[in-house]
Amino acid sequence: MSALAAIVRRELAAYFATPIAYVFIAVFVALAGVFTFQVGNFFNRGMADLMPLFLYLPWLLLVLAPAVAMRLWAEERARGTIELLLTLPLATWQAVVAKWLAGWLFLGIGLMATWGLWITVNWLGEPDNGVIALGYLAAWMTGGVLLAAGAAASALTRNQVIAFVLAAAICFVLMSAATPLVQEALGALLPAWLAEALAAASALSHFSSVAQGVISAADVLYWVSMTAFWLFVNVLVVEWKKAA
Amino acid sequence: MEALLRLENLHRRFGAMRAVNGISLDVPRGQVLGFLGPNGAGKSTTMKMAAGFLPPDEGRVLLAGIDMWRSPVAAKRHLGYLPEGAPLHDEMTVRGFLAFCGRVRGLSGAALRQALERAAQRTQLAPVWGQRIGTLSKGYRRRMGLAQAIMHEPDVLILDEPTDGLDPNQKQVVRELIRDMAKKSAIIVSTHILEEVPAVCDRVVIIARGRIVAQGTAEEIAAQAPQGGEPSLELAFRHLTGAAANGGRAAA
Ligand SMILES: Nc1ncnc2c1ncn2[C@@H]1O[C@H](COP(=O)(O)OP(=O)(O)OP(=O)(O)O)[C@@H](O)[C@H]1O
Ligand SMILES: [Mg+2]
Repeated sequence: MSALAAIVRRELAAYFATPIAYVFIAVFVALAGVFTFQVGNFFNRGMADLMPLFLYLPWLLLVLAPAVAMRLWAEERARGTIELLLTLPLATWQAVVAKWLAGWLFLGIGLMATWGLWITVNWLGEPDNGVIALGYLAAWMTGGVLLAAGAAASALTRNQVIAFVLAAAICFVLMSAATPLVQEALGALLPAWLAEALAAASALSHFSSVAQGVISAADVLYWVSMTAFWLFVNVLVVEWKKAA
Repeated sequence: MEALLRLENLHRRFGAMRAVNGISLDVPRGQVLGFLGPNGAGKSTTMKMAAGFLPPDEGRVLLAGIDMWRSPVAAKRHLGYLPEGAPLHDEMTVRGFLAFCGRVRGLSGAALRQALERAAQRTQLAPVWGQRIGTLSKGYRRRMGLAQAIMHEPDVLILDEPTDGLDPNQKQVVRELIRDMAKKSAIIVSTHILEEVPAVCDRVVIIARGRIVAQGTAEEIAAQAPQGGEPSLELAFRHLTGAAANGGRAAA
């Protein structure tokens, strides 16, 4: 396990080695603020809660998660350091899990950086802090799913821009497959059973119900199994690219 | 002597191109094997398979008797590998990167500190210890790559062009390091610098078009220079690999 911890540590430090991480977090926090207070009509609703934030957070995650995921594997490929990583004495799944874990911790840091919003609603009124905590949990867990999918996309290419676009596309479908608009488009493109399966696997419904304060074992099972599924895909991609 | 590194009948193709076409090698402890061949002969491809990065289409790799493609993690514990071009993480410091490699290999505490000190000393990295890798000169970069490969004192060292692009002083440092490591390890080194071969390598294998075309000591190979000439490694190399290329074409 020390190998896994060493990689998590290196990857997390790599995010903060360049200004990009700070830019990501600053933009994310700024957007979260804008959506909460401006777009979300915070002051006219007359309610001190973070509902507006959690309404828009899934769509912010659609940008943030691919941005965090894109470098995880593509950068190693572009630099050639993937040869070092994959000749160290550790299993491929360990590298996959460690990289994802680092990205997930980074997402958590990004979410925590919106603490100002939480303080503000508590200052303005008396929100249900339990519901807000569940909202953050939902965002983090959903982010974990998107990140795992994005990391798998990153393993396909050496180009981070391609990795980002691919990851964003996958994440968009994952997130919104159950919305009427996307269902219609998917229905036209895919066999009905597949469109329905995608809808059932949609991340948004789980996010929304938990962010409203209702959490069930099914939600947790969904997050854990979807993350595990995409990490498994990630391992397959890394192994397959080795052979290609 | 038992071979620490054994390659058995390795094959690898890319599309229709056979990059490696049946290479078998044994390297015992204490031996430095020079792995020579023209550009595109398949040296790096062979070394990537030996290091467990690229899966062979056919054949086996054994490190300290462990099958690389059956028990990769166990086999890789015995391995130090310098990939071609010495890829490194530019944003990390020299110390940070070596500590990372050590930790992944399970070193910690005093053992890690000792390994770092020893590696720094052997590769003379002390002057740049806290520097970011991206700002290193080529010589330091290459030695950094070597430090990463040797820090855990592996049984098998696979070094792909360790002296490529270094000045004569740096080359000498690296050659001495390789000779020093050979006391305990089995080493395979690829190079295009034929002058360094007699001093560094106990044995030489020349490949062309994915096949072994000659092997022996540097003198034995040099003696295979074209008839009437002085024994010369370079003439022999050109003769052997040129002939192989022609033979390959004739056969195709
Ligand atoms: N990933 C790849 N995809 C397609 N072809 C490849 C790939 N890697 C190597 N090759 C081809 O395989 C052949 C052998 O390449 P390799 O890098 O092993 O040669 P080399 O002996 O190391 O040459 P050099 O001395 O130039 O480093 C070359 O023709 C090369 O173009
Ligand atoms: Mg090469």
